[in-house]
Amino acid sequence: MSDDTRSEIALRVNDETFRLAVDNRRTLLDALREDLNLTGAKKGCDHGQCGACTVLVDGQRVVSCLTLAVAADGAAVTTIEGLADDGELRPIQEAFIRLDGFQCGFCTPGQICSAVGMLAEHAAGWPSAVTRDDSPQRAQELTEEEVRERMSGNLCRCSAYPSIVRAILEASAREAVAG
Amino acid sequence: MNPDGITAAVGESRPRVEGRLKVTGSAHYVADLPMPNLAHGWMVTATVSHGRIRDIDATDALAMPGVLGVLDHRNARRLNPDVAHHFGPDRSLPMLQHEVIEYAGRPIALVVAETPEQARAAAAALRVTYDAEPHDIEFSMNHPAVRPASTLFGPEADTGDLEAELAASAVVVDEVYHTPEESHSALEPHVATAWWEDGHLHALDSNQGPFGISQVMASLFLIDPERVHIRAEHVGGGFGAKTVCGAQIILAAMAAEHFQRPVRVALTRRQVFLATGSRPPTEQRVRIGADADGRLRAVHHHAAFALSPLAEYIEWCTEQARTLYAAPAIRTELSAVPLNLLPPCSMRGPGAAPGSFAFESAVDEVAERLQIDPLQLRLLNQPVVSPVSGRPFSTRRLVQCFQEGARRFGWAQRDHRPRVRREGNLLVGTGVAAVAFIAGVFPSAATITAEADGTFSVRVGATDIGTGARTALIAVAADALGVGTERIHLHIGDSDIGPAAGAGGSRGTTSCAFAIIETAKALREKLVDPARPVTASVDTTPLINWQPDEERYTYSAVFAEVTVDPATGEVRVRRLLGMFAVGRVINPLLARSQLIGGMIGGLSMALHEESVRDPITGRLVTADFAGYHISAHADVPNVEADFVVDYEPQDPSGFNGLGEIGNAGTAAAIANAVWHATGTRHRTLPISLGRVIEPAAAHDHPGAVSVA
Amino acid sequence: MRAFAYQRTTQIRDALNLVAQHDGARFLAGGTNIVDLMKAGVESPARLVDIRSLALGEIAEAPDGGLVLGATVTNSSVAADAQVRLRYPALSQAILAGASGQLRNMATVGGNLLQRTRCAYFSDPSEACNKRVPGSGCSAINGAHHNHAILDWTSHCVATHPSDMAVPLTAFDAVVRYETLHGPGEIPLAEFYLPVGDRPDRETALPDGALITAVVLPAAAVAGRSRYRKVRERASYAFATVSVAAALDVQHGLVRDVRIALGGVASRPWRARLAESALCGGPATAERISVAAEVEIAAAKPLRDNAYKVTLARNLIEAVLTELAADSGEERNG
Ligand SMILES: Cc1cc2nc3c(=O)[nH]c(=O)nc-3n(C[C@H](O)[C@H](O)[C@H](O)COP(=O)(O)OP(=O)(O)OC[C@H]3O[C@@H](n4cnc5c(N)ncnc54)[C@H](O)[C@@H]3O)c2cc1C
Ligand code: SF4
Ligand code: FES
Ligand code: FES
Repeated sequence: MSDDTRSEIALRVNDETFRLAVDNRRTLLDALREDLNLTGAKKGCDHGQCGACTVLVDGQRVVSCLTLAVAADGAAVTTIEGLADDGELRPIQEAFIRLDGFQCGFCTPGQICSAVGMLAEHAAGWPSAVTRDDSPQRAQELTEEEVRERMSGNLCRCSAYPSIVRAILEASAREAVAG
Repeated sequence: MNPDGITAAVGESRPRVEGRLKVTGSAHYVADLPMPNLAHGWMVTATVSHGRIRDIDATDALAMPGVLGVLDHRNARRLNPDVAHHFGPDRSLPMLQHEVIEYAGRPIALVVAETPEQARAAAAALRVTYDAEPHDIEFSMNHPAVRPASTLFGPEADTGDLEAELAASAVVVDEVYHTPEESHSALEPHVATAWWEDGHLHALDSNQGPFGISQVMASLFLIDPERVHIRAEHVGGGFGAKTVCGAQIILAAMAAEHFQRPVRVALTRRQVFLATGSRPPTEQRVRIGADADGRLRAVHHHAAFALSPLAEYIEWCTEQARTLYAAPAIRTELSAVPLNLLPPCSMRGPGAAPGSFAFESAVDEVAERLQIDPLQLRLLNQPVVSPVSGRPFSTRRLVQCFQEGARRFGWAQRDHRPRVRREGNLLVGTGVAAVAFIAGVFPSAATITAEADGTFSVRVGATDIGTGARTALIAVAADALGVGTERIHLHIGDSDIGPAAGAGGSRGTTSCAFAIIETAKALREKLVDPARPVTASVDTTPLINWQPDEERYTYSAVFAEVTVDPATGEVRVRRLLGMFAVGRVINPLLARSQLIGGMIGGLSMALHEESVRDPITGRLVTADFAGYHISAHADVPNVEADFVVDYEPQDPSGFNGLGEIGNAGTAAAIANAVWHATGTRHRTLPISLGRVIEPAAAHDHPGAVSVA
Repeated sequence: MRAFAYQRTTQIRDALNLVAQHDGARFLAGGTNIVDLMKAGVESPARLVDIRSLALGEIAEAPDGGLVLGATVTNSSVAADAQVRLRYPALSQAILAGASGQLRNMATVGGNLLQRTRCAYFSDPSEACNKRVPGSGCSAINGAHHNHAILDWTSHCVATHPSDMAVPLTAFDAVVRYETLHGPGEIPLAEFYLPVGDRPDRETALPDGALITAVVLPAAAVAGRSRYRKVRERASYAFATVSVAAALDVQHGLVRDVRIALGGVASRPWRARLAESALCGGPATAERISVAAEVEIAAAKPLRDNAYKVTLARNLIEAVLTELAADSGEERNG
C-alpha cells in the first residue's frame, strides 16, 4: 500500500502535544481512544447521532466520530480527561455528581464537554432554535428551555435529562458568580 | 443512628460512589480497557429475512491488509445446539453453525483483523450470496401461526363468568391496541473482549449479569462453568438488551479460540439495532364491562406478541388486568406469533409497558363513556385482596399514590370533557394511569470478609448498569455491618463471585441486598472471635419463599399534561409526575433518577419509538438514531418522581425493586392526556405526527388576520 | 471504509488541481456528511482534499446590499451572524433548527448544500437504490417511505433533500458561486438542484470538480420579515418531516412581496411559487392564505404511507404565513 493513506500528525490534547502516525481513516475519536488511551470520549453511534464522543476542538464542541484525526492535525483538543484542573473538579463536574446528572455514565463525558462548549457559545451571544430573536444584540437568559435545546445533540438513554439540565444551570450560575 | 453512633446509610440521598470516575472519563467500560496483542472482529449480518447462505466469498477480504481470517459456518467451531436461556431452549445462541437464516440481522460471519478499520474494510469486501425463501413478518393476533404463550410465569387468569358479566354491564369497552417493535438503545453498544488461557475462557463483556452469562457460555462451549470468567465493571446501560448472552461475546470467544489471541468484538450501533434483541410488537384486545356508576364487572385482556421460532419468550402484557382493579370476572390470555423477526428479549418493563398502555387506555375509555373522572373510576375499583388469586397484598399503597399525585398535580380542578382547553393554537390535556409491577427476589450469593484493618470486603455478583446498585449495596452492607460506608469495599460485576441476580426484572439490587444482609448476619456471629481476616458466605436460594401467602407488587400513579398542535400533529409533554410505592427506598436521590429515567423512557415510547421494517424484505429500516428516535433533551420537561411511605413486609429490610416501574404507566398517562386534549383516542403507539395531525377543516381556524 | 489519501491546501487553484488530477478525489469540508457516508460504505473517495484552510471562511457584504457567505463558514457562524439574523432571520432559524450544536460547529455552507438524502435505503449499500447505484431500483417507493417526497418525485426516486439551510436560501433566491479550473461560475439556487427525472444520482448542476466558493444572498427587504418553522418526529435533533421558510412584506394592506419554500417534501427545496402568486398583490387574509396553501399543495402526489405530509405541508404554510401576517399587523398598529 502506498503510504499516502497514512499521515504524520500533531495533536495538542489537554495541553500536551502528541505526534502520531495515523491511518487517514482513523477518526479523532479512535485516535484519542486507541492511540492516546484517552477513553473518556465514548462511541455511542459513530455517526454523529448521539453526542457521546463530543470533545472541544480549538474551543468548540464537535463530534469526534465524524472528525478525521488527520483533519485535526495541528488542532488543540480538550477531552473530558483535560477538564478537571490538577484533579480539582470543575463546578459542572461537581454539579453532575451532586445532582445525579447521569446513571450509567456512558453519555456523561459527552454531555459535560458539550455543556462546556455550549456555555461558551451562549456567552458569546449565539442564538438557539428557541431564542426569541427579536433583538439579536441583547444577551439571552439561559433558561431551562435554552439548555434543553442547545444540549439536544447529546442523547441520554438512561434519561438523566432533568438533572443534567439542572446541573448545567447551577454550574453556569456559579461560574458567573465566580467571574 | 445505630448504637455505635453511625448514621444509617440506607434512606439517605448520597451521590454515586463512582461519580467522580464518571465525570472525569475514568470509569472504564469494556471498550476502554486495553489488551495486549488484541485482534478486532467485525460482525457481518444476514440481509435476507429467511433463506440459506449460498456462498460467502472471502477471497478479496482475506487478501486485504491486516486481515487474520474470516469465521463463518464452514470453519467455526461447533457449539452446543441444545443450549438454553431464560425462557427455555434457545437456538439463536449457537452462531455460525449452519447456512440457515431465520431473520435479517442474523450474524453470519466474523472478519478478524489487526485493527478495527481493517476488519471493517474487509467485512465490506465479503461477498455473500443467499437463496432467499419466502418470509413472514406480518404480525397480527389473528395470524394463522398464533399459539398460546409459554406459561412459565404461571397460568393466565380466568375467574367469574366473563360473558355474563359483560352482558350485564351498562357499558362495554371493546378495543384493540397496538405497540410496535422497539429497540432498547442503551448508549453503550454491546462489546466484548475475550481470550483463552489454559482452557479457561476470560471475557470482558457489557452485560447485565456476568454470572448468568457465564453459565450460558459454559453450556454453549461445553466447558465446565468454573472455567468461564466474565467481568462487567461499568456498563453503559442495558434496559434488558444485555440480560441475554450477546453475539459480541459468543463471537469474540469463538474467534479468540480460533486465532489464539484476544479478540474484541464491538458492535456498531446499526448492528445493535439489527442483531441484539428488541421489544416485540404487540396487538392487544381489551374488553371491560362496567355498571353505570363505574363499578367494573368484567375485564378481559387478550394480548399477542411476536417472537422468533428460534427461542421462547414472554411479553407478559396481562399483569395489570389481573391486579389493578377488582371485578367479578377477569380473564387474561397471552398469545405468541412466531415470525421471521429478531428474537425479542425483555425491554425495560417487559409486558408491563405495552400491557399497561393498552389496559390503562381501556380503563380511561370506560371513564370516557360513563363521563366520570378517570381517577375516581380507578379509586372506585380498588381491590382489597388480589382479584384473581384472592390472596392479600403484602403492601398496596396505590391509593396513596393516586391521592398524593392528584394533590400535587392539581387534578381536582380538571374538567373531564375532552378538547375544551386551548392556549393559542395548542390543545391542552391531562391524563393519569396506574401500574402494579410484580416484585420479589432471585437467589444470590454474597461473601463478606472482615479484614485485619477494620474494613470489610463485600463480594456479590451484582452489576451496575446505571441503576446505582454499587452505591445502594454499599449502604446496605454498611448498615448491616453497623459501620460507615467508607469501611466497605464492594466487588461486583464478576462471574467468579458466584451466583447473583442480574440487573433485570427490577430485582438486581433487592436480591443482592438480601444476600448481603444475610451474609452480614452470619459474619457478625463469627466476629466475636478476634482473629482476622474472617469470612462468611451465604447463598439465599434456600431462604427464598417461592410460595408466599401474600402477593408482592410495587405501584405507581403517573400524571401527564400534554399540548397538541392539531395543525402539525406535534405532541409535547409539558408535565410528568409519578408517585411511587416501592417499599423502603435505599437512596432517594438515585432511586428518583431511576424512576424519572423510566418515565422518560415511557414518554419516548409514547411519542417517538418505532422500529420500522421494510414491508417487502422484512429488514429493519430504522437501524440508527436518525431513524429510530429516542427522546432528546428538548422533548423532556421537568419530570417529577416521588415516593409514598412504604415498607415491603416480605423483605427483611422492607425493600422492593424500582428499576422498571417508571417505564410502565407513562405511555398510557400520555395517551390519555392526548385524548383529553384532542378528543381522539390513540390506540396505536407511537402517537406520532402523522397519527395526530388534523386536516384544516377539523382544527378551528385561527382568528382572521386581516391586516387591511 | 476504503483507504484514502489526504491533503490540505490554502490555495483554491491547488484544491481544484488535486481533485481534477486524481480519480475519486473529493473535497472535505466539515466532514459531517462525507465521513458519515464513507463509514457506511456509500462514498469511497480515493483522496480527500481538505478545503477548510482556503480563504473562504468569511461573511461579507455584497455590493448590492446582500451578503456573501463563504463556502467554508460554519453553519454555527452563519446562524449567529448579526447581519444574517437581522436581514435573513429565517436563514439563521433554519440552520439552528438543524442537526445539533456540535454538528453545526463542523458543517459548512458548501457542505450543507451538497449533503445527500437521508433515505435509509440510500445509506445502506446492501439495498437497491437508484440514487446510489443507477438502475438498481428504488427500494423506498414500495418500501418504508413514511418520510419521503410528496411532490415532484418520479418512479426512479422518491427521496427528499434533507437540508434546512437550503430552504430559506431557495426562498431568498440565493446564488451559488463556484470556481473551476476553467474559471468561475454562478448558479441560482432555483436551478442548482436538478429535478429527479430518471437520474436521481445526478443531484446538482454543479460542474464536475467544481468548488463552491460562496453563496450569495441578494438584497431583499422582504427577507427581514421571514420565519422558518420545522416539524419533525421529536422536538430537536431530527431531520424535517416538513418545514417552511416564508417571508412576507405587507404594505398598505396589500402583499407586496412574499416568499415561500418548503423542505422535506421533494428531492430539492421546494419553492412554492403557486402559493406566492396566489397571495401577491392582495390582502393577507386568513382566507387568501388558506387558498394559497391549497393551491400549492394541489399538485402533491403522496405515496402509500405519507399522505399526512400533504396535510402537514398545507397547514404549515398556513400557520407560518398567518404568524407573519399577524406580525406585520402588529408592527403597523404598534
Ligand atoms: C446526526 C446528523 C443530523 C443532522 N441533522 C440535520 C438537520 O436536521 N438539518 C440539516 O439541514 N442537516 C442536518 N445534518 C446534515 C449536516 O447539516 C450536513 O452533514 C452538513 O451540513 C454537511 O456539511 P459539511 O461541511 O460537514 O460537509 P462535508 O461532509 O464535508 O461534505 C459534504 C459533501 O459536499 C462536498 N463539498 C463540501 N464543501 C464543498 C465545496 N465548497 N465545494 C464543493 N464541494 C463541497 C464534499 O465533497 C461532500 O461530497 C445532520 C447531520 C448529522 C450527521
Ligand atoms: S428514494 Fe431515492 S434514495 Fe431512496 S431508495 Fe429510492 S432511489 Fe434510493
Ligand atoms: S459517537 Fe459520535 S455522535 Fe455518537
Ligand atoms: S447516563 Fe446512561 S446514557 Fe446518559
